[in-house]
Amino acid sequence: MGVDQPLGDNVILTKLDALVNWSRKSSLWPMTFGTACCAIEMMATGAASHDFDRFGIIFRASPRQADCIIIAGTVTKKMLPVIKTIYEQMPEPKWVIAMGACACSGGIFDTYSVVQGIDEALPVDVYIPGCPPRPEALLYGVLKLQDKIMKERNSFGNALGFGERVEPAA
Amino acid sequence: MDENNCAVITLRGRFTDSIIAVREFRDEVTVTVRKEDITDICRFLKENLGYNFLVDVTAVDNMGTEPRFMMVYHLCSLPKKERLRLKAPVDESDPTIDSLFPIWKTANWLEREIFDLFGILFNNHPDLSRILMPGDWVGHPLRKDYPLQGPGREPYQGRLS
Repeated sequence: MGVDQPLGDNVILTKLDALVNWSRKSSLWPMTFGTACCAIEMMATGAASHDFDRFGIIFRASPRQADCIIIAGTVTKKMLPVIKTIYEQMPEPKWVIAMGACACSGGIFDTYSVVQGIDEALPVDVYIPGCPPRPEALLYGVLKLQDKIMKERNSFGNALGFGERVEPAA
Repeated sequence: MDENNCAVITLRGRFTDSIIAVREFRDEVTVTVRKEDITDICRFLKENLGYNFLVDVTAVDNMGTEPRFMMVYHLCSLPKKERLRLKAPVDESDPTIDSLFPIWKTANWLEREIFDLFGILFNNHPDLSRILMPGDWVGHPLRKDYPLQGPGREPYQGRLS
């Protein structure tokens, strides 16, 4: 891809990237954090009938153990500093899913107290529309994030400290 | 029915000069009083007439009329199973009223909410700080002249499509 990949663009590099990406996408551990009613659907997605666990997705109660945060619900301006702190506490690499209309754009809450989309503060990887999205929609969004992770380049080099991860445009 | 209401009769006798109006609507009695006497009246209602429960404190912004704000207190007498609504007009030029915290401890947070959203100041309040909005917020959002979508944004012009 670029000159900043010292391991070179060869077969071994590709295999290691694929291995790292595969292990990362197969163990996405989201932060247990819900801000509104979307969190109910998120819990339903984690529960038995939809079963997040079969994708290796296990909710963690600490940002230190999480590598993904699902912004599930309305983000008020008073809550935004808290979410920023949680995001900064998560170790790299980390991904953000904006779940539902409020997290994507503020939704119906076009008012003084609500952040008009979490992408004003965090780099969002996947937007999931819906008010709230069905568990199937959340699952589909997470699968989209897994696809995106599989397309990342230099994951292995970045883990060793060489260069940046390259995230191809969607 | 407000002519027969025991509390209204007693209040009329004791606080003749303080009472501005008495109104009854669907069995709900509302007494409008001068804001200077709100603590005296509330203490009397609590200690002598059994209105021991302050259910809610709120306010109304009647922008364009004088006085602009109307404080609203909902009282309940648990032993007598009666309710009473007190109102007190508050001027925009002097948006202060005495706190009910010395009488009911629950007035603490309720009055903080009124201060936060309407900007009405409460005398003798133990900690008059914002409770809902962030601490560094500027303005009082439930005032009618506060922009709905917040300062720094174009106001909503209706649907474009």
